[in-house]
Amino acid sequence: MTEKREIEIDYGQVHTERMRLNVGPQHPSTHGVLRLEVELEGEIVTDVIPHIGYLHRCFEKYCENCTYVQVVPYIDRLDYISSMSNEIPYALGIEKLLDINVSERIQAIRTILAELNRIASHQIAVATFGMDAGAFTPFLYLFRDREMILDVFERLSGGRLLYNYIRPGGLMKDIYPTFVSDALAIVKQVRETNQEVQRLLIDNKIFIERSINVGIMPPDIAINFACSGPTLRGSGVNYDVRRAEPYLLYDKFDFEVCVGKGLMGTLGDSYDRNIVRMWEMEESCKIIEQAVKFIPDASEDVRASIPKKITPKGEIYTKAENPKGELGFYIVGDGKNKPVRIKGRSPSFVNLSVLPYISRGYMIADLIIILGSIDIVLGEIDR
Amino acid sequence: MEHNFIFDLVGNNIWAYLITATIPLIFVTLYALVAILGELKIASWVQDRLGPMRTGWKGVLQPLAEVVKLLQKEDITPKNVNKPLFNVSPFVMFTGSFAAFAVIPYSSKFIPADINVGLFYVFAVSSFAVIGILMGGWSSNNKYSMLGGIRSAAQMISYEIPMALSILAIAAMANSLSITEIIKSQDGGIWNWFIFGGPGPIWKIAFFPFIIILFLVYFIGSLAETNRTPFDIPEGESEIVGGYHTEYSGMKFAMFFFAEYANMYVVSALVTIMFLGGWNSPFGDFLNGPIWQFFWFISKAMFFVFIQIWLRWTLPRVRVDQLMYITWKVMLPFAFIAFMGIAFWAMLNPTIIK
Repeated sequence: MTEKREIEIDYGQVHTERMRLNVGPQHPSTHGVLRLEVELEGEIVTDVIPHIGYLHRCFEKYCENCTYVQVVPYIDRLDYISSMSNEIPYALGIEKLLDINVSERIQAIRTILAELNRIASHQIAVATFGMDAGAFTPFLYLFRDREMILDVFERLSGGRLLYNYIRPGGLMKDIYPTFVSDALAIVKQVRETNQEVQRLLIDNKIFIERSINVGIMPPDIAINFACSGPTLRGSGVNYDVRRAEPYLLYDKFDFEVCVGKGLMGTLGDSYDRNIVRMWEMEESCKIIEQAVKFIPDASEDVRASIPKKITPKGEIYTKAENPKGELGFYIVGDGKNKPVRIKGRSPSFVNLSVLPYISRGYMIADLIIILGSIDIVLGEIDR
Repeated sequence: MEHNFIFDLVGNNIWAYLITATIPLIFVTLYALVAILGELKIASWVQDRLGPMRTGWKGVLQPLAEVVKLLQKEDITPKNVNKPLFNVSPFVMFTGSFAAFAVIPYSSKFIPADINVGLFYVFAVSSFAVIGILMGGWSSNNKYSMLGGIRSAAQMISYEIPMALSILAIAAMANSLSITEIIKSQDGGIWNWFIFGGPGPIWKIAFFPFIIILFLVYFIGSLAETNRTPFDIPEGESEIVGGYHTEYSGMKFAMFFFAEYANMYVVSALVTIMFLGGWNSPFGDFLNGPIWQFFWFISKAMFFVFIQIWLRWTLPRVRVDQLMYITWKVMLPFAFIAFMGIAFWAMLNPTIIK
């Protein structure tokens, strides 16, 4: 019933034709302003063409006219639900170009922030995936907990969505005194809610039936399309930038790279991609618990190593494991205070390109599920 | 006219008929307001939030505010729609739901129309909604609406078959299709309700599984009949935007909304009539006066309305092919088996007057 198959119906003399349907840009489930041109045969999707660019903001061209520090707020606006993580590869790249060593404390804070942001982003991913399947309640449970994370970010940076907190060479300002206990309280709450969501949504028979064997992405397809993040790991490929090329303090932590196992259906289906996100939230909790030990009680000037002048010369590609996948920046500097070129490699854009290949032959309701399981953010796709 | 106190009060004249016809309309309006508030408040209770709090005390006036909002809204008729069908569809839909109220009893002293094929009548008029949805879906000239309309037609027609089988089984147990007769044959306390096999000797517990199956088949079928989650694929707001009512606004949308809530009450009342003893008190003759009967009937029906709302905010939505799978390959065979079992029970039961 659920496997992909060719539909053969003898239509007789009835004249039929395929229907072209525009899903989006104002559709409730396209996660932003994505337009999908869908060709339908009844309820069966025969072709999908994603049309992007409704949110194009000329990020790369803007960067060429900004100083290096002014680029950071623009990077926030790429993947606007994981802004804190976005800043990390850029900051790392500049630091490497300028040969700056930041202290372990700053690195630990960055790690905690990245993992908190990963939890926040995965919470949205799981929540909206559930909502695409029609379950509205887990959405609000997860959003309720996400508020706690946003509150911490707000106390740190003053912003709830766009932080501009991680600067090349340091941080905007030091953490507040109860930051560590707040982070641990979040970890406790996230675990509690995840158990509840597991019972309410993930283990629900209807939800399992909806998401298994849908949008199967075999490992070779995932690799060929250069997918990354949970979308890649859902297909069973054990690749995580945090493990493969450790940055920050990730080589010091004990955590597991979660890969899809085809638990309920086929390896690489929507269920796997979703459950990997659930597991990764738990791994992030583990990392936070370990990382808080690297923060000494003594206060320290987090702006000490921020350079007065950022005038790097040379080129570098830095990447980091963002919640959505591998976010990379190719930075070219010519010794002036403005970059010559900044190219962003955004995971959502790359992951979206696989959508037409994994959604043909499924129903229109499945197309929404597949799109939700890829977990895209349009701000990052269009840049 | 023994079941209509209006005729005792004003005599057998045109006014009695008019009053009898008006009471269900007033009831359905009041009920819809209560149900909308219930939906909002139960949803907020399930989802760990407060719900409406600003309109009146704890937001109790919110449904009124929503009705006023819908009345004030501009009534948009898009270009290139089939105007007659587009305009008439919400009213066809509401007519279907409201027509069923003619035979839904409130108490042993007030049944608007006590006809001898009441159950059959409800079943017939509730199929009316299919036409309304199909008309609305097709005439909107919108691909999403059309998908919703076609989905709905397929769904409602399929789910009527197992539901019809459970109605047939109840008719066999009560030896009648009249709603009054069905309820009267369940009097004498909770143990005589049809969910517990109706009146009969103690070995009726051997037939309990069949009755539970029938009950579940009927209730699941009624969820699909009213387009409620997990079978709300004709609306399916995350897939096909709004389904058949994508293009509707203002009062016409309100009629669809109204019809959905009215339908919820109809199916809940039918569950009450068929399985839970209708207006009968659970304690036999204790607390079984006409006013108490009204209380019991409304409480039982509202309990099932509550379950429908509760399910809506808990479960995800099934897919079209899974929906068809459930009805044709799961519910229908089970309903057949259960119907056979009940037929045996009805044959062996010594208390049924043959």
